[in-house]
Amino acid sequence: MRIWIEQQRALIDFTLASLARRKAKNLGLLAVYTLLVFVLASVTLFSHALRHEATRVLADSPELILQRMVAGRHDLIPPGYLDKIGKIRGVQKMEGRLWGYYYDPVIKANYTFMAPTAGDVERGTIVIGSGLERIRGLTQETGISFRAYSGKLYSFIVADILPHDSELISADLVLMHADDFRDFFGFPAGHYTDITLSVANPQEVRNVAAKLAAALPDSRPILREEVLRTYASIFDWREGIVLAILSGAILAFAILAWDKAAGLSAEEKREIGILKAIGWETGDVIRMKLWEGVLISLTAFLLGYLAAYLHVFYAGGILFEPVLKGWSVLYPRFQLTPEIDGLAVVTLGFFTVIPYTAAVLVPIWRAATTDPDAAMRS
Amino acid sequence: MIFQPTIIALLLAAGLGLAMLLAAAPFAVQIIRHWNIRSGSERQLQLERRTYLFSTLLSFVLAIQGIALLLFIFNADRLAGHFVGAMCAAGVLNVNAYGYPALIAQIASFFLTALWLVINHVDTRAPDYPLVRIKYALLLALVPLLAANFLLQLWYFLGLKADVITSCCGSLFSAGAQTLTGDLAALPPQPAMIGFYAALGAALLMATLHAATRRGGYLVALASAAAFVAAIAGIISFVSLYIYEHPHHHCPFCILKPEYDYQGYLLYIPLFAATAAGLAVGALQAFRRVPSLAEVVPRTAARLAGAAAVGYLIFAAVATAMILRSNLILIG
Repeated sequence: MRIWIEQQRALIDFTLASLARRKAKNLGLLAVYTLLVFVLASVTLFSHALRHEATRVLADSPELILQRMVAGRHDLIPPGYLDKIGKIRGVQKMEGRLWGYYYDPVIKANYTFMAPTAGDVERGTIVIGSGLERIRGLTQETGISFRAYSGKLYSFIVADILPHDSELISADLVLMHADDFRDFFGFPAGHYTDITLSVANPQEVRNVAAKLAAALPDSRPILREEVLRTYASIFDWREGIVLAILSGAILAFAILAWDKAAGLSAEEKREIGILKAIGWETGDVIRMKLWEGVLISLTAFLLGYLAAYLHVFYAGGILFEPVLKGWSVLYPRFQLTPEIDGLAVVTLGFFTVIPYTAAVLVPIWRAATTDPDAAMRS
Repeated sequence: MIFQPTIIALLLAAGLGLAMLLAAAPFAVQIIRHWNIRSGSERQLQLERRTYLFSTLLSFVLAIQGIALLLFIFNADRLAGHFVGAMCAAGVLNVNAYGYPALIAQIASFFLTALWLVINHVDTRAPDYPLVRIKYALLLALVPLLAANFLLQLWYFLGLKADVITSCCGSLFSAGAQTLTGDLAALPPQPAMIGFYAALGAALLMATLHAATRRGGYLVALASAAAFVAAIAGIISFVSLYIYEHPHHHCPFCILKPEYDYQGYLLYIPLFAATAAGLAVGALQAFRRVPSLAEVVPRTAARLAGAAAVGYLIFAAVATAMILRSNLILIG
C-alpha cells in the first residue's frame, strides 16, 4: 500500500511539472472548465437557496386553506359557511380571511390588501410593506389615496411600515381595518375571501380536508404540504430547464476537452515516447494522464464553485435572476441564505467531471499507446 | 417525468455507461475471435493496445455505478416531498413498479462491474493474458445488464408524476387515492438477529480461513452472498429499529439521512465493499488452475478474503455498537 501511495505521489509530482510546462494550453482548458462549473453551479446554488427560502416562508402558513369555487373560479365565501363547517375534531383554529388585489395605475403594479384577523390596525390607517414604501416613497404618518374599483377615492394614513426582514412575503402588502376593507372593495357583509384552518397533528390534515370536502362540495381545500410540493416542483423544473438549455454548453465543452486531449503537440508526443523508451508502461502513461484530468477537474471544480458561491450569495446571482426567481414590478429584495447541498454538489460533478472524463478517455489511451519509436522520430 | 437535475444526471450517467459498453462491444467480439498471444501480427498488436482502453473504460463505468447508486437512493429520499404519503426513499421507490427493480439492477451492475475489474486485474498480472477471451465475453454479458439498468431507471423516472396542485382542485382528489406505505415487510427481530449474526459470522470465518489457508474460495463467495442478504434483512428487521429507537420504523434508507447522522453509510460502505471482495474470491477460484495464474490467483484471492473479513468485522461491530447504544429495548 505504501509503495502504491509513493508511486501515485511521484506520478502527481511529474504530472504537475508537465502541466506547468504547457501553461497556455492547460490554462485555456482550465478557464473554460471553470466557466462551465461556474455557470452550472450558479444555477444549482440559486435554485436550492430559493427552494430553501420558500420552505422557510411557508413554514408558518396555516395548514389548510379553504376556497369556494363557482364555475371553476375562486369565489367569495358566503355567510354561514363557517357555521356550516361547525366543529371538526383536530382543528385548533378556524377563521375567515379578507384579502384582495388592488391594481395601482401609478406604478403599474398589484398590491395585496388584507385585513389582519388580529385587527390591530385602526380605521383610516394602513400598515404597508417595505416594497411599497420604497416605490411610492412613503414614510410614517404620510397620507395616500387609492381610487377604489367603484370610482370613489379613499385616503389613508400610513401608521407603520412592516419590518424589512419579512420583505419576501410582505413587499406588496397593505394591511387595513376590516371595515375599511369592506368599504373599499364594496365587499358584502359577512363574506370572506377564504377560510384558514390550523391543524395541530400533521397526520390529521388530510382527514380534515376530506371532511371539509364532504361537508362543502363546492369548496376546495388546499394543504400547506401541497403548496410546498408545488413550489419544489416549480423550482426543480426551472433548474432542470436551465440545465437542459445549458447541456449544449456541456456538449461543446466535452468536444473541446476531446480536442485538447487528442491534439498532442510534437513536444508532448516526444515526451511520451521518451517516457516509454525509458521503461514506462502504457498503464503508467494512462495513469499519469488520468491524474492530469483529476487535477484539472478538481481545480476547475473548486474555482468554479467558489466563484458561483460568491456570484449567488454576494452578487445576488445577477446572471440568472430573471429566469430562476421570476419577476414583478414590486419584487421583494431579499438576501438568500448561503447554503450548500451535498446532493447538488454530486449532481454538478455528474454534469461536469463525467462528461470531461468520458471525452478524454479515448484520446488519453491513444496517446499512451503510441510507439516510442514513432513518437520520437516524428 | 419530474424534470429534476439529479434525475437528468442519473440518466446521463446510466446512458453514458451503456453507450461506452456498446461502443466497446464490437471490439470485444474482435478480441474473442482473433486474439492470439503468440502472434506478432499488426492486428494482435492493435488488440493488445485496445485492452488498455477497455480496462480504463470499465474502471470509469464502475466508479460511476458506485456513485450513481448512492445518488439514486439519496435522490429518491429527496423526492419524498413530491408524493402524497411518501415519507422517504422507501415510499418514493414504491411510486411505480420500476423503482425497486431499478435499485436492484443498479446494485447488481455495481457488483458485476467490480467482479470484472478483479478478473481484469489478475489477468494483467500474468504475462500471457490467459483470461482475455473470458474477460471480453463477460464484458459482452455486462451490456444487457447495463441496458436493463438504464431502461429501468428511464421507465421509473418517466413514470414519476409529482402530486402538484392543479387548477381544478387540490391534489388530494386527483391523486390522493394512491397511498404509499413506507413499511417494508420485516422479519420478526429474534430470528432475524440469529440469522444476521450467524450469516455474518460464517462469512467472517470463511473469509479469515481462506485468507490464512487459501482453501474454500467458493464457500467464501457463497457465505458472502448469504451474509449480504442476511445483513440487509437484519437492517430492515431490527438494526434500523435500534437506530430510530422506534419499534415500527423499518426503513433501510432513512438511516442515510442527516437526521440520523448519516449512520447508514457506516453500515453500507463496509458491507458493499466486503460483499464485492467476497464474491470476487469465488469468481477467481475458477482460474486458479491456469498455469500462468497459479501464483497470482491464490495471492489476490487471499488478499480479497482478508479485505472481506475486515469489512464484515467492521459492519458487525458498527451494527452491534448501534444496537448497544440505542435506548430501545426490543428483546428482553
